[in-house]
Parts: sequence; C-alpha cells; structure tokens
Amino acid sequence: MLGKLSWAAIPFDEPIPLATSVILIVVIGSLLSWITVKGHWPYLWKEWITSVDHKRIGVMYCMLAMVMLLRGFSDALLMRSQLALATGGAQGYLPPEHYDQIFSAHGTIMIFFTAMPFVIGLMNFAVPLQLGIRDVAFPTLNSVSLWLTASGVLLTNMSLVIGEFARTGWLAYPPLSELKYSPGVGVDYYLWSLQIAGVGTLLSGINLVTTILKMRAPGMALTRMPVFCWTALASNLLIVAAFPILTATFAMLSLDRYLGFHFFTDEAGGNSMMYMNLIWAWGHPEVYILILPAFGVFSEVISTFSGKPLFGYRSMIIATMTICILAFIVWLHHFFTMGAGADVNGFFGVMTMIIAVPTGVKVFNWMFTMYGGRVRFEVPILWSLGFIVTFVIGGMTGVLLAVPPANFQLHNSVFLVAHFHNVIIGGVLFGAFAGYTYWFPKAFGFTLHEGLGKAAFWCWTIGFYFAFMPLYALGLMGMTRRMQHTNDPAWTPLLYLAGVGALIITAGIGCQIAQLIVSIRDRDNRRDLTGDPWDGRSLEWATASPPPVFNFAVLPNVEGEEAYWGIKRTAIEQQRLVAEPTYEAIEMPHNSATGFITAFFAVVMGFAMIWHIWWMVIAGFVGAFATFVWFAWRDEDEYEISADEVARIDRERRRVRAEVLLPSLKRPS
Amino acid sequence: MSHGHDDDDSAPGDDHSQVLAGVRGYAVGLVLAAGLTATSFWVASTHVLWGPGVPIGLCVLAIAQMGIHLAFFLHITTGPDNTNNVLALAFGVLIVFLVVAGSLWIMAHLNQMMPMAGMPQMTDLQMQH
Repeated sequence: MLGKLSWAAIPFDEPIPLATSVILIVVIGSLLSWITVKGHWPYLWKEWITSVDHKRIGVMYCMLAMVMLLRGFSDALLMRSQLALATGGAQGYLPPEHYDQIFSAHGTIMIFFTAMPFVIGLMNFAVPLQLGIRDVAFPTLNSVSLWLTASGVLLTNMSLVIGEFARTGWLAYPPLSELKYSPGVGVDYYLWSLQIAGVGTLLSGINLVTTILKMRAPGMALTRMPVFCWTALASNLLIVAAFPILTATFAMLSLDRYLGFHFFTDEAGGNSMMYMNLIWAWGHPEVYILILPAFGVFSEVISTFSGKPLFGYRSMIIATMTICILAFIVWLHHFFTMGAGADVNGFFGVMTMIIAVPTGVKVFNWMFTMYGGRVRFEVPILWSLGFIVTFVIGGMTGVLLAVPPANFQLHNSVFLVAHFHNVIIGGVLFGAFAGYTYWFPKAFGFTLHEGLGKAAFWCWTIGFYFAFMPLYALGLMGMTRRMQHTNDPAWTPLLYLAGVGALIITAGIGCQIAQLIVSIRDRDNRRDLTGDPWDGRSLEWATASPPPVFNFAVLPNVEGEEAYWGIKRTAIEQQRLVAEPTYEAIEMPHNSATGFITAFFAVVMGFAMIWHIWWMVIAGFVGAFATFVWFAWRDEDEYEISADEVARIDRERRRVRAEVLLPSLKRPS
Repeated sequence: MSHGHDDDDSAPGDDHSQVLAGVRGYAVGLVLAAGLTATSFWVASTHVLWGPGVPIGLCVLAIAQMGIHLAFFLHITTGPDNTNNVLALAFGVLIVFLVVAGSLWIMAHLNQMMPMAGMPQMTDLQMQH
C-alpha cells in the first residue's frame, strides 16, 4: 500500500536531522497558522499563488531563491564548521554518511534552487518590461514553470524529514548512484526533484525565447534591445537546447534504478562514462545559463550608474552569442582525467581557453563604459565592481584548470571547489544581488536601505575572499574535495581561515535580512514616486513603480537604442511629454490555478515514485494531466480593463513624470 | 524582423491557405511518412541490399523522414514569416550535431585509453577480487 515508506524513514536516531526537521516543521507550521489567523489566504491565493503576471512570478522566483539560499548556506556552515573541528584525530560532529548528504544537498540546492530561480526570476520580471510589452508569450505556462520548480524544492526538502538525500555529490555520478551502491531513496529524491524542476525550467526557457523573438514593442528591433534581453535570449536558448539532455540522462539513470536497465551500470554492456559525458553536455551550458543573465544585469547597472550608454553594444551582443555557441563545445574539460587521449583533451582545453576571450571582451566593455563617466557608487554598482575583480580571478583560475596537464594536478581538489565558487558567487550571485537591488524599487515601489546594502556587499566580498582563497592554497597542497575530516596539521590554519570567511558571509546575509526588514518598515519614507529612481535608460523605467498590471497603457514606440533615455531627453529638451495617446481597453489574462494544481499533483507523483507507491503515481499523473485538460477547455481566458481605467492610471503616471522631468532643466546635467 | 506583434491570430508557420489544401498537405505527408517507414522495415529485413549498405540505407530513410515531418507537419518553409522557425531549426541541428559528434569522439577516445568494465580486461580484474 505504501511501497517502501514506513516509520523507519523518519530519522529518529539521528539528532541533527531530527532537530532540524522539528524546527523546520514548527517554523512552517507557525507561519501557515499566522497566515490563517490573519486571514491572508484569499489575498495570497488571488494576488500571488494563482497570478499569471510575469512581475509577480518573477518576484516569487526570487523569493524562492532567497529562501533556498538560506537552506544551502546553512549546509555550507555545517561543512565549514565540521572541517574546522575535524582535524588531526578529531572526527567532528557530522558522521560521514550525513556529511555526504550535506555536500550533495548543498550543491544541488545552490545550483538548481538558488542560482537558477534567481536568474529566471530576474529575467521574468525585467525582460517584458524592457521589451515594452504587457506579459510573456504564455502567461499561464509561466505560472506552471514556477510551481514545478517549487515542487522540486519541496521534494528536496522533504528528504530532510522523510528518508534521506543523495550521498553522491551534486551530479550523482554512476556507478555510485546506481541501485547496487545507493540502494536507499536518496538518489530517487534527487532524480525526481530535478526532473520535475527541470520540466519547469525548460518551459520557462521556451516561454522567454518566444517572448523575446516574437513579442517586442513596435520599433524594438533585435539590435535595439537592452543587453539584458540579449543575454536572456542566449541563456534561454541554452536552456531549450541543454535541459532536454539533462532530462534524458536522468531518465536513463531512473530506468537503470527502477527497471533494471544497464545504461550506466558498467555491467551488461552499460558504460558509466556515458553519464559523465551527457551530464556535462548539459552541465557546461548550465553555467552559462546562470552567468549570462548576470552579465546582462552588470551591463545595465554599469551603464545606468555611469550615466553613459554601454560601451561596445554590438560587441556585447556578438560576445554573448559566441558564448552561447561555444558553451556547447567545452564540456569535456570537466573530465579531462577520466581517460581521454591527448587529441580530445587538447581540443577541449583550447576551446575552453577560447571561451575566455568573449568574456574578456565584456570585461573591457564594462570598464570602458565607466571610463569618463560619472560613476555613482550605489549598491548595485558596488556588486558590479566586486564582480569584475572577483570574476577575473575566478576566470584566470578557470583558464589554469583548462590546461590539461595542470588539470591532472588540480582536478578533484579544493582548488577546483575554490574556482567554481569564485565564478558562481563572484559572478552569478553578485549579479543576482545587483539585479535584486536595482529592480527592487521597480517591483515594490520603494528602494532598499543603502547603508545595510553596502554593509552586506562588503561582508560578502571580504567573507568570500577569506572563505575561498585558503581553498586555492589547500588545493595546491593536495587537499581533495568532499572530505569529512583531515589529518594534515599544515592544513588546519587554512581551514580555520575558511571557517572565518563563512562567518563573515553569515554577517553579510544578516545585513541583507536586516536591509529587507528595515526597508519594508520605512517604506513610506523610501517611496520611489517617479518610477525612475536610478535615472535609468531602458523601458522598465518608463512606467510607474510598481508597474500597473498591464505594464504600459500604450505600447511604447521605440526609435533607437536606450529607448527610455531617448524619450526622457526629448521630454526634457522640449519641456513637455509626448502628446497624450488615445487610450484603449486592454485585455489581460485571467489568474489561473493550473500551475499550482499541476505542481501539487507533480509532488504527489514524484513522492510516490520515490517510495514506489504505484497507485499514487497513477493518481498524481492522472491529476496533473486532468488539470491540463481542464485548462485547455477553458471558455474565457482574458478580462478587460476599460479605457477609462487605463486612462486614469496612465494620467496619474504622466502627471508625476511631468513634475519630475520638466523642472529638471534647471539642474546641471 | 522588427514587427512586434502580428494582428492576425495565426501560429508561426501557418500557411494561410484553404482548409482543403491543408488537409491535402497532411494527407501527402502521411502517405510519404508511412511509405518511408514501410520502406525501412523492408530494407532491414530484405536481402536485396548489400549487407553493410543496410545501415546507410536506414540513415538515408531516417533523414528523409525528418524532412517530411518538418515540411508537411511542422510547416517549415522558406517564407519570410518563417525566419524564426528556420533559425531555431538551424540552432537545434547545430547543437545536436555538436553534442552527438562530440560524444562519439569522446566515448571512442575514453574506451581507447581506459577500457571500462564489461570489456574483457576489466572483467578479469574484477574476478581476481
């Protein structure tokens, strides 16, 4: 009846997971009861859970990412403290099988459920606004994507309470992840959470590619799009091309585990090396899926806060699209040492070094954008500057690792761990934080506290260097990754130092939480009434903050690069806004519970697959499919906002805009 | 390229012809696709073809099958409103080529330098344990 599920699945005998689970259940339970008592459910259901508004969905993606950042970071703290304690003869406080689950969960959560939702959330929020349109191409599909990602998150976190998580590392290499060596449900939790979340990501990629290619405002030629839209296009093309490889690879591993197939078993004709090959054919494009939108954010931020157009706009586009293609011919550098000959290693090593060239082009473009500009050192550009310095270091250690002979020395060491944290924290995460600070006032109508933002930036940056520079040294000294304790006394001081770095980062996260609380508390004093708090250049700053549900009362007519900058300059020069347009009624898509219900059934199905509860698998699948059919047969999918209502909202925006822009001739510009 | 939104409601790649013409297109496609499928079964089971030529024949038929599907069912044409579809197809073909060719090359090399289990040498090693 319940498959493999029994009371033995609850970790009663392991104090740490048990205590964490109890705390987690208490926190979630009290949160839910607080919402119930306060009667917030109707609001949450109508305005957020069933919303198909790209802005709301983007915000929810980012919130999901931030919550999961806390979860992934607590894993990081456990690992750093364990390694600081477990030196010499000491064994620390985490037994090996638990430590293995922690590093596997840390990697899985940080990549799939922190970095991915964060960049997808920023793209979801900003791309339609920058393109001057009202929503993405498929709004309900967008909601399905979000909730399927959330399903993956839920399943991963359920493994904490019921059963266990994978002990195989974040990519679950066979033969270790095969049934023979991992008979528990850990790998199954891993597979089904990522399969379900992966479908969500793929749908989101299709949605955004279609949006960018087919739905731009009138006059918004491809070569007039902000660079963030270009990097979003490249990133989503990579999602569409790469995620099916991941799905297929996981499907083959599932067939091995569930139905006795032999794709990767190394027996009966299977070959585990095919798994490494396929997983990295997805895995390398994946890192560009993450970093390209971050590059886009930095381009927007640096140009805005330097008060200058982006230097080398066309070269940025070419560099972005070059990376998009080259991302698919470097994947072997993740397994140089696994047997390939000199021809193969040489080719992929050289391609890896070549991919550093377009990235270098971008770095120079950002620096030339700042050169000669009046750089306003506000929080978003601090993250960008921190990124340039940190990412260049990470890039150079990457080129070092791309040299096959050096790789034979450094592979599988904590040097590698330091390298990829260097580019993911210094690149993706700093980009996400820059975008978060930059677009927060657009999303909520008030700015984030600046002092705490700066404090968070310095804590993160300094903490990063303390935490990961010692790992470079440790890697050169021979420390391999994924060790639960160490025996070399020479490593101990460096491990302490890395632990101190993690504590400084903790302070940074504390500052960010405080920043959010303080900013919400003082929101009435921090209102962005103008809709353009940073003197921006692209179309998202043309509308109010927060934007009305339809974004733009009339789709803007784009006449050049930096669409809003042109409109703004014309208004200031002529001392008047463009003539008031004729307002027409706007049709917007209805809210839909499709995404949430589909995701609910997806969780049921995933959980049942993990525990081999076959009747429940069928129930979950039928439920999800029935929801889709029910949605497909809907009668009306749009509602109308009347022309009068549109006019009222837009006249208010125009009034504020006129107050702000027209006296500005008196200011020195 | 810069048209933001079309006024009509048609999907990308729709040919705006009569229903009858549409049905005829699908019918031709169906016959061709079924014919190619039947031919591949015949090629695989017959002895008319020279043995080593059979896989090549199957590959040719498979590629023709893809062409039929793209032209008759997915409506990939050379028309100007089809640029996005053609570009998307080209991108897809490029990526599939890179991944398949790369995988074949890599896997051939891996087996050359480090024979995996299932091959005689490794099996012997395991038996010694």
